[in-house]
Amino acid sequence: MPFEHDTPFLKSLQIQVRVVGALLMREIVTRYGRENLGFLWLFVEPMLFTLGVTALWAGVGLRHGATLPIVAFAVTGYSSVLLWRNCATRCAMAIPPNMGLLYHRNVRVLDLFITRILLEVAGATMSFVVLSIIWISLGLMEPPSDILLVLLAWILLAWWGASLALIVGGGSAHSEMIERIWHPTAYLFFPISGAGFMVDWMPPRFQEFLLWVPMVDGVEMLRDGYFGSAVRTHYSAEYLTLCCALVTVAGLGLVKEAGRRIEILT
Amino acid sequence: MIELTNVRKTYPTRKGRRVVLDGIDLRVSKGQKIGILGRNGAGKSTLIRMISGAELPTSGRIRRGISVSWPLAFGGAFQQYLTGLDNTRFICRIYGVDFKAVIPFVEDFTELGIYLREPVLHYSSGMRARLAFALSMAIEFDCFLIDEIVAVGDSRFYSKCMYELFEKRKDRALILVSHDAHIIKGHCESAYVLTSGRLTAHDSVDAAFDFYQTCVQ
Repeated sequence: MPFEHDTPFLKSLQIQVRVVGALLMREIVTRYGRENLGFLWLFVEPMLFTLGVTALWAGVGLRHGATLPIVAFAVTGYSSVLLWRNCATRCAMAIPPNMGLLYHRNVRVLDLFITRILLEVAGATMSFVVLSIIWISLGLMEPPSDILLVLLAWILLAWWGASLALIVGGGSAHSEMIERIWHPTAYLFFPISGAGFMVDWMPPRFQEFLLWVPMVDGVEMLRDGYFGSAVRTHYSAEYLTLCCALVTVAGLGLVKEAGRRIEILT
Repeated sequence: MIELTNVRKTYPTRKGRRVVLDGIDLRVSKGQKIGILGRNGAGKSTLIRMISGAELPTSGRIRRGISVSWPLAFGGAFQQYLTGLDNTRFICRIYGVDFKAVIPFVEDFTELGIYLREPVLHYSSGMRARLAFALSMAIEFDCFLIDEIVAVGDSRFYSKCMYELFEKRKDRALILVSHDAHIIKGHCESAYVLTSGRLTAHDSVDAAFDFYQTCVQ
């Protein structure tokens, strides 16, 4: 080990919380400013996206399931896309604009990623909650049938987004190619992510293949919580958890290596 | 005490790895003022980055028993779209220092007036340098790292900085790297010369200076 840590764990944790807190405030003020809506943009932005997609899907009359309420279907689907896609996209090339900050010893590469992940998860979550409340109170959507399952699915999806973000962020620190590959990958994953269909609508042979995609398991789980017995869902929470854990470990490894090799160029 | 043991740093280049620091040993105790002389490209800034902890060595060990500053008056970490005050708040948060206690000093020292509440984007380079220096002084450290002393602002402000650093904080340790032997002579008790990735210690600043002269020629 070239670097010896003699700071006790609790002290380190305390520093990390402080640094991430400072980075959060800095990022919010920088990104959204103090004028007009300010930090509300954090969730107004994803909310507008979800609104747009909901309107589009409802307008086109996407109703394979016939019995499925289109609004709830769009909100659950698109919110989960935002969750995994935005985390990773924001972490790609997160280092160059923040390079100078690394001169402050307590700011580490991982902190830059944690900050962006927290912001994206917070934004997507608030947009999901606010939209749900609005639609439910307008009577366009039923309240979720199992709120605990919804919460659990949401947490797993957020974890999946965070672990992807560590891979993409850490990877892009090693090679810009990762960032370039990520964008088309995200687009390609969108149609098979389960946002726009239910696994049950698919032919059985195809279903099996789809469930290997972690996002599909997450969205199905979320919809199971939302619609309950009104729909038939297929997913494995265990498989999703395993994927999250494995990808997180790999991502943390990449980020650690990036932090070890970083060259500060300012 | 700060202790570097056999610190090596290599960077990848198109023609293979280049050794910048090749086994650096250095000890700096509390209150000690040392200077490091080196030509352009000798690895002085790399060494400062290693000591500050911004970058990690390829191998070797660095222990920091005392608090060590970031490179003095380094302004590259300013967020352009934030105000001077916001940037100050950020630095305070990072180092766990009470922001409110620091504002009067920063206001007084920078003499930025209403510009402290304007985005750094609108600052002149002199204004930026003033803010950067003030922030370096706003957080207290046991050891200050200085990567070349550059004249900050006009001569009045420059002497204000010198007073703040070398008079009010003369009990602190100092690591000053420079290619200018006269600056080191003026502020340090002992000096090293950095050549081909290695440090050579000298008993006196004058001896280091003589050795440096032979290296430069």
